[in-house]
Amino acid sequence: MTFESMELKINGQSHRVEIEARKTLADTLREDCGLTGTHLGCEHGVCGACTVLLDGEPIRSCLMFAVQCRGSEIETVEGLAEDGELHPLQEAFKEHHGLQCGFCTPGFLMLAKSLLQADPDIGDEDLREMLSSNLCRCTGYQNIVTAVRSASSRMSQ
Amino acid sequence: MNWVGRSLPRVEDRALLQGQGRYVADIADQTRSCKHLAFVRSPVAAGRIVSISYPEDVVVFTADNLPTVKPIRAALDRPDFVPIETPVLASSVVRHSGEPIALVVGDTRAEAEDLAEQVVVEIDATDPVIRIADALDPGAVSVHSELPMPMGANVVLDAHFSTEGLDAAMLAADEVFELKFRSHRQSALPIEARGAVAVHDISNGRTTLTASTQMPHVLRTAVSDVLGFPESELRVVVPEVGGAFGQKMCVPREYVAVVAVARHLKTPVAWIEDRLENLLASWHSRDHEYEIRGAFSRDGRLLAIDADLICNVGAYSNYPVTFGVEPLMAFAELPGPYKLREYRVRSRAVTTNLCPIAPYRGVSRPAITMALERLMDVAAGKLGIGALEIRRINLPSEFPHRMPTGISIDPGSYVESLDVVQQEFDLQAFRVRQKSALTEGRFLGVGVSVFGERTGYGTPAFAARAMEITPGYETAHLEMNPSGDVTARIGASPHGQGLATTLSQILADELGLTPDRIQVVHGDTDRTPYGWGTFASRSLVLAGGAVKQAAALLRDQISRIAAELLEARDEDIVIEAGLAKVAGTNSGVPLDDLARVAHHQAHRLPDGVEPGLSAVSTYDPSGTFSNACHLAVVEVDTITGHVDLQKFLVVEDAGQLVNPQIVEGQIHGGVVQGIANALYEELVHDDQGNLLASSLMDYLPPTVMEVPEIEIHHLATINDSSITGAKGIGEGGTIGAPAAILNAISDALIPLGVSVNEMPATPSRLRALIREAEAEKVMAI
Repeated sequence: MTFESMELKINGQSHRVEIEARKTLADTLREDCGLTGTHLGCEHGVCGACTVLLDGEPIRSCLMFAVQCRGSEIETVEGLAEDGELHPLQEAFKEHHGLQCGFCTPGFLMLAKSLLQADPDIGDEDLREMLSSNLCRCTGYQNIVTAVRSASSRMSQ
Repeated sequence: MNWVGRSLPRVEDRALLQGQGRYVADIADQTRSCKHLAFVRSPVAAGRIVSISYPEDVVVFTADNLPTVKPIRAALDRPDFVPIETPVLASSVVRHSGEPIALVVGDTRAEAEDLAEQVVVEIDATDPVIRIADALDPGAVSVHSELPMPMGANVVLDAHFSTEGLDAAMLAADEVFELKFRSHRQSALPIEARGAVAVHDISNGRTTLTASTQMPHVLRTAVSDVLGFPESELRVVVPEVGGAFGQKMCVPREYVAVVAVARHLKTPVAWIEDRLENLLASWHSRDHEYEIRGAFSRDGRLLAIDADLICNVGAYSNYPVTFGVEPLMAFAELPGPYKLREYRVRSRAVTTNLCPIAPYRGVSRPAITMALERLMDVAAGKLGIGALEIRRINLPSEFPHRMPTGISIDPGSYVESLDVVQQEFDLQAFRVRQKSALTEGRFLGVGVSVFGERTGYGTPAFAARAMEITPGYETAHLEMNPSGDVTARIGASPHGQGLATTLSQILADELGLTPDRIQVVHGDTDRTPYGWGTFASRSLVLAGGAVKQAAALLRDQISRIAAELLEARDEDIVIEAGLAKVAGTNSGVPLDDLARVAHHQAHRLPDGVEPGLSAVSTYDPSGTFSNACHLAVVEVDTITGHVDLQKFLVVEDAGQLVNPQIVEGQIHGGVVQGIANALYEELVHDDQGNLLASSLMDYLPPTVMEVPEIEIHHLATINDSSITGAKGIGEGGTIGAPAAILNAISDALIPLGVSVNEMPATPSRLRALIREAEAEKVMAI
């Protein structure tokens, strides 16, 4: 096995890792960077639990190799709260019961962050369409939609 | 101040929202020198293992060298039941595709998978038994030819029941409707698949099994029994669990293997299931065929039901509830809440070369409720009675209501739920809209379902199933520490239900504290009393009842100490807002101070009061029924077979709501799994038993796009069948939704003469029914 030594920039911090070229970004975040907040639900790019942001865009970290992320800015759920203060999305998910088991939640939070960044006034239909890229088995989605809507109004204030 | 009844944000959420929740895969990643297992699984549904070969330098375990003592075995003590044992690894025969045959140990999962490819298993494939009809064929080969099969080659349960007047009622009835129903195989599909990490401590000979499970204590018993060591040598810890819905209730072969390997190699070992394994070889459910005759009077009274129910339970049993869980629940609960007197049922389990079944949210009830509620609609249509009206005629208003099988239904709001549906949904206006849509070739339909959800039952109800391992009670340990904070230790094992929040609300009211002073400890067999875990919509009722009872004992202790300190009588002490005071006076002692005295100044305690503040109580009730009425509105595209679910309304009665937002979350999630069952999810197998829906590209859980806004209205019937007044609500959404949706689709398709009695009602199935109906029309011309 050949190992690559490389640097990953995650949540503003630099991480040096020695990894196989075949290692996914998700496995690298979890196993080599200690960032286990990114979860794996299917490992074939459908459920979206592993969604992180790569240069601001949501990606399935189970479908990317870490070596493809050289030079990019990666954001994970661990970077959302600042100094212990929850991000408005996290506050809204808590207030509106947008999570139950919490396993899909990091993926939904990162997805929602990217889509509110791209379009803070996103319409209801577009919001649902965008959120349909991730799966949740507990909440029935209703409270996730409510939470993201509520965070978007809080963030645009 | 009342904490019960308020939608408090959950104490669980802050960590989960920051990615700080620790799930089993996180534990594996954070355990030093942890080896990973990969299983070599059968590529065929049936066959004989001829040979297993692998390079010498690969660490492989097979049935021959894995140190186990016994197979996994759970049984029912009844003559019409054939117990089936499950080996941890298949030894000479494979009985379903995906069955574990060998396991390989690697430094990482990737390495273990690479090594697993070097294991060569030669199998002499045989013809598998896949469908129910094949299993019952008189010439069928037995899936378990090594066992005596007195009831038929593949019949492993054949339960019969009849009331005395069944035949007479059938003969005397004005109308008898005969219907066939089919529910196809489904997966509970938690987004986190299963997983386990075992760490053996050579210094004390104990193993810690960290596992994604609903039943930590039961898992401890099972693993210790199978591996042949005392339970004291095993600690089961449950970290965060990423959803379960029944799939993490029964004991997996893989978890037993993880412990066996960790103890044998004296090294930490993990198995983290991937999605393919999860769909292929985790538990399946609800593969049923029913033939039901329903006898009615002309005025719409349901007089009798005669049912023949068959469940395809797959290749093996499950521990602790056995494969009997589906056929016997269908057997006992098919008549639902209706007032019929006469009931005959035959319920069979057949074993096949498919993955074994286990409970999944609702167990049999989504399927039997679909059948019963379709029967009610078919009868209503034929008798010219409204769908709500025929239910009103047959639902009980006097309680306790006794089902023909003897199960007692406590007070509920069955008829009232129909009233609310009538108030909230303008049926007349819908019929006008439906008629005008039809003139444009659009097919709209509305459907309802009414049901009771049996929840919160203890040992007496489970004992009726004659289970060798009889679940039921829950125990709570309460302790107030010297700082005046309370710890509640429970045997229940929540995994997303927010039980730490709701129990702290109950305890806050009972002990006059704020909920943040209460810590709930669960999911650790070293730190909690023996209990049955979280399943069957039971935990708020059972663990809630146990903590409430224990709190009363703790209040007594507090009152006796306060009476001594305040020079008052025990019975005059009231506990509220952090104080124990003499009723009607300003004289009181803060609980924080009292707790110090109880621990640190034991010499000041009254005679007969022991130092410390703690209480234990066990709650073991006979059970309660929540109830609900669901209403669905659909539009069916008859060209494509697509169903557009436009509205979903739930009127439910869960008694006292401890945290309404959490209750509604359970309903939302449950309904969406019911929508999935009704329209989308199916584990399709080919005739050779190969799973065709082996990824989430083929097995289709709904996304937000498939789900309408779910409108909820609450009713509250509170009675003493649950001492907190709360009734379980975890499964109701899933139980009622398929019936309402299939009724709505059938309502939409009345003009075409199509009746839908099969789920999921996929586009191809609906198209086939529509084509069939069109062909019949042509024939008739």
